[in-house]
Amino acid sequence: MGLEHSFGDSIITSKIDSAINWCRKNSIWPMPMGISCCGVELMAVGAPRFDISRFGSEVMRFSPRQCDLLIVAGTTTYKMAPVVRKIYDQMPDPKWVIAMGACTSSGGMYRTYSVVQGIDQFLPVDVYLAGCPPRPDNLLQALMVIQDKIQKGESKGSPMTVADERKILELQNSQI
Amino acid sequence: MNQVVVDLLKKTFPDSIIEVKEFRNETTIIVKKENIVKISEFLRDNPKCQFNYLSDLCGADAYTPENRFEVIYNLLSIPLKHRIRIKIFTDETNPNVPTVSNVWEAANWCEREAYDMFGIIFDGHNDLRRMFMPEDFEYYPLRKNFPLMGIPNSLPLPDTNPKK
Repeated sequence: MGLEHSFGDSIITSKIDSAINWCRKNSIWPMPMGISCCGVELMAVGAPRFDISRFGSEVMRFSPRQCDLLIVAGTTTYKMAPVVRKIYDQMPDPKWVIAMGACTSSGGMYRTYSVVQGIDQFLPVDVYLAGCPPRPDNLLQALMVIQDKIQKGESKGSPMTVADERKILELQNSQI
Repeated sequence: MNQVVVDLLKKTFPDSIIEVKEFRNETTIIVKKENIVKISEFLRDNPKCQFNYLSDLCGADAYTPENRFEVIYNLLSIPLKHRIRIKIFTDETNPNVPTVSNVWEAANWCEREAYDMFGIIFDGHNDLRRMFMPEDFEYYPLRKNFPLMGIPNSLPLPDTNPKK
């Protein structure tokens, strides 16, 4: 929210962080990346029977610039990988990623030349979700795990606090 | 119905027909690749054949020293409601076959797919580019000597540190 930058590294920041994280976890805006059949289960999660809005995440935006959570739902081929990565890069920090289904997590049954054997080869994944495809309630469980992570201030891919940000910057500079 | 077509073909192109196979009421005719365009035009235009619909065109790799690649044409006649299958063979060193995209418009993309997956070159095709694989990909993935998991690093993954 930008507040942590004005307060710096202090006791106030850590208290504010927990309040902000509580806000964040109850209003995750997902980016639906329905690449194949898992996308249908993702639609079911948005529909009334399972109803993702019970968790405050019903606002599916088809613009990555308005999203916190990338749900990669489906087989990711080498040809699709740059697109997924570009969408992830366009999302504002902090952001989270769910690898939904067997194909996305590990290549699944597509053990071939054309399918990326797990999107963690080019994306920082927070939650891997088993199933082919996973049931909608399973995806809701993954969302709840993400909510726990947000409350704890954890994110694989983006800095959550000023200290985190400094650590990541140092790491990047050392790599250069 | 198929016998009529086979007899007509044998009468009109006596030198081009290599073999006629019958299996579960499906007729497969193996012909010489040089005459495939003329045979296709005949099958499309003859009033007793009228194969006006190319339902599928695909390649196959038998991995034999001679006649390694096949091109298979599955034809359907919508007015007469009968089907037939035509096959031609081509070699590994010289995988060229004439295009039939001027006979059936649908062959255009099918031939591009066969080129992409097997490296069969269709002479006379107006737009022989890769269909599924990236354009700078150097291999033909459905050939039998292509490894299942591909050639390492032949397909690039996106950069994971774009901020750099």
